[in-house]
Amino acid sequence: MNKGVPMPKKKKVMDAEAIRRALFRIAHEILERNKGLKDLALIGIRKGGEQVAVRLAKIIEEIEGGPVACGFMDVTMYRDDLYHMSHQPEVHKTEVNFAIEGKVVVLVDDVLFTGRTIRAAMDSLIDLGRPRSIQLAVLIDRGHREFPIRADFVGRNLPTSRTDLVSAVLDGDGRKDKVELIESEEPKEKE
Amino acid sequence: MNLSVTSLLGLRDLSREEIEFILDQTGSFKEINYRPIKKVPTLRGKTVINLFFEPSTRTKTSFEIAGKRLSADVINFSSSQSSITKGETLSDTAKNLEAMKPDLLVVRASASGVPELLSRMVKTPILNAGDGLHEHPTQGLLDLFTVREHKKRIEGLKIAIVGDILHSRVARSDIYGFSKLGAEVTVVGPATMIPPGIEELGCKVAYHLEEVVPEMDVIMMLRIQMERGSGKFFPSTREYSRFFGLSLKKLASAQKDVLIMHPGPINRGVEISPEVADGPFSVILDQVENGVAVRMALLYLFCGGQDAATA
Repeated sequence: MNKGVPMPKKKKVMDAEAIRRALFRIAHEILERNKGLKDLALIGIRKGGEQVAVRLAKIIEEIEGGPVACGFMDVTMYRDDLYHMSHQPEVHKTEVNFAIEGKVVVLVDDVLFTGRTIRAAMDSLIDLGRPRSIQLAVLIDRGHREFPIRADFVGRNLPTSRTDLVSAVLDGDGRKDKVELIESEEPKEKE
Repeated sequence: MNLSVTSLLGLRDLSREEIEFILDQTGSFKEINYRPIKKVPTLRGKTVINLFFEPSTRTKTSFEIAGKRLSADVINFSSSQSSITKGETLSDTAKNLEAMKPDLLVVRASASGVPELLSRMVKTPILNAGDGLHEHPTQGLLDLFTVREHKKRIEGLKIAIVGDILHSRVARSDIYGFSKLGAEVTVVGPATMIPPGIEELGCKVAYHLEEVVPEMDVIMMLRIQMERGSGKFFPSTREYSRFFGLSLKKLASAQKDVLIMHPGPINRGVEISPEVADGPFSVILDQVENGVAVRMALLYLFCGGQDAATA
């Protein structure tokens, strides 16, 4: 056994069932807050938020019996840390095939952490048009915000250490969905 | 993916995977050109100098638009208005420009190898915007992107490049690019304009346009470059046009979904007839459109992160 270098601890914090229930609740909350489908649009933030948005859109359509606009956005080009990276990260496609003018846009992401991605997403969204309002839905809120940003809809609040990793894996049919907390090898910060 | 080069001098230096990565990134940037607000803040605070030692409208404008849509500050410099006319050497001009701390130089020159020479003299990354008879890699990439967009693949396609192969840097970049991605390239032209040994770049050679037209998926027509003395290599423009110009008649035997391409500027009625250039198989304006997206992706990838700038 390798002493001194402890293996990172991996802990499953949500299983497929828990994720399904959380998404159902969020879908109902979105519809309750916005009084139905009118002017509602979901935009998933690539890559992590993409599957979450697809799932939410499907549940919302089942509940309301009508289609909901759903798009995807890559915010790499709007990041504030581009110049702190050693090389340029890969840019993914932005696919928002509807006008967001006057819409209530719910941004969807898997994990809310520092809030920097959401800041970039809001800037990016406003360059596409003028939504009536922007709301935020996340599967996991792990704390450690660096910006004054708060989610409107949260699947689970997960206390973490700043150096931990949170990984949400959502696959095609949803049966193998899971959220894992990978605790860092570094000693925890003292309270 | 990290590219293996810090300057883009030619497609010869890139691997298949790197070319495919650039084409994928181009796909992500293209969408910006259709937005109501065609601007993203990605290269805010970066300075790009367009260093053009040779006239160009399409490539220069394309690079300028690409830079501006990514929020870079783009400075245009053409040799006719510069100290070159006062006798300053190329290296002095480059070093002086570098002293002003640009993040990227886009270089077009009438002599082959100028971008490479500059890349040895300055640390700033360089994008080759066409050098002499050597390469025109951004044109090669936009040609690849346009074909892949229409045909959904490159692998296994048959591509003809027709005309003045000898003087064409576009032909060289296209031969490297298309053959690296698995297409079969045939160059076609009068024997005087086919450089000896061109087969070593991985292409076939043909001398009769009619014979190759029926089997081609893509036909790329090249401009007769009178300014480089093309006129000395055939008896008359009329004769050239009769044998190597693409007319409706020659196109009659082509495949139903053939793509007709041309890097521009076109000489209507010389290498391509107006009916073909404006016809249903022509993707010439798609090439121009995709040029902006390709150059946006390249500016993004080569403007680099912090390490690249300080290395």
